[in-house]
Amino acid sequence: MDALRRNILKNAGGVGMIGLAIGAGLLKPTLALADWNKAAFDAKTVPEAVKALGAVNAAESKEIIIKAPDIAENGVVVPVEITSNIPGTEYIMILAENNPTPLIADFDLTNGAMGYVAIRIKMGKTGPVRAVVKANGKLYTAAKEVKVTIGGCGG
Amino acid sequence: MEPMRMRATLQGDVADIKLLINHPEETGLRKDPKTGQIVPAHFITNITATVNGKKVLSAQWGVGISKNPFMGFKVKGAKAGDKVVVTWVDNKGETQTGETTIGS
Repeated sequence: MDALRRNILKNAGGVGMIGLAIGAGLLKPTLALADWNKAAFDAKTVPEAVKALGAVNAAESKEIIIKAPDIAENGVVVPVEITSNIPGTEYIMILAENNPTPLIADFDLTNGAMGYVAIRIKMGKTGPVRAVVKANGKLYTAAKEVKVTIGGCGG
Repeated sequence: MEPMRMRATLQGDVADIKLLINHPEETGLRKDPKTGQIVPAHFITNITATVNGKKVLSAQWGVGISKNPFMGFKVKGAKAGDKVVVTWVDNKGETQTGETTIGS
């Protein structure tokens, strides 16, 4: 990881002109808080969260590979990689089922983005990490159990 | 604000893009150990990525993303020299954009 960090440091483009333009008020950020699904992120259970995102009744699929540690010593940083081998994957949602609010993130993938995301998540306690995938308009899901030794939701 | 750290490498026609963001990612549940006061929520809510101006990724993030977030994604049909631009915004309206060029 240290080598990666060094390489990233060396190759980073930094904030760049667009960032400077936004900072100077010349360009408005294209992102708005309104794009954030509060109901889904505030949901206390997986069914509530997926319902708020309109992603109910996903079919279990072995074509979704969840790479995460079997045992996470520290729930503050749990590396998770989701790979969907389902053709036409256009969307990936990640949930930590036993977190106080299970929805971690969701990703719309377009213009050649593959069915893959890597992210580091917080886990409050042991439980399944679940992925919900949309491919060609159909929903699929898979889960992997991660045992958490020290919970990470206070941090 | 520290610049975003980005790396984009090419394997065949697939760009492997990794980035690190400097951000506290406060859940709003944590108590400051010194004062006993709840530390207000401060977390990234939205992040987007483009390759040569075309949107490839648009994500919503909640409080479950770890501090100083890492994200990796892959884009098929990319070539060396393509420009990758990533922008995030957080729940306080702070925003940052980083860019890099896909290496061979």
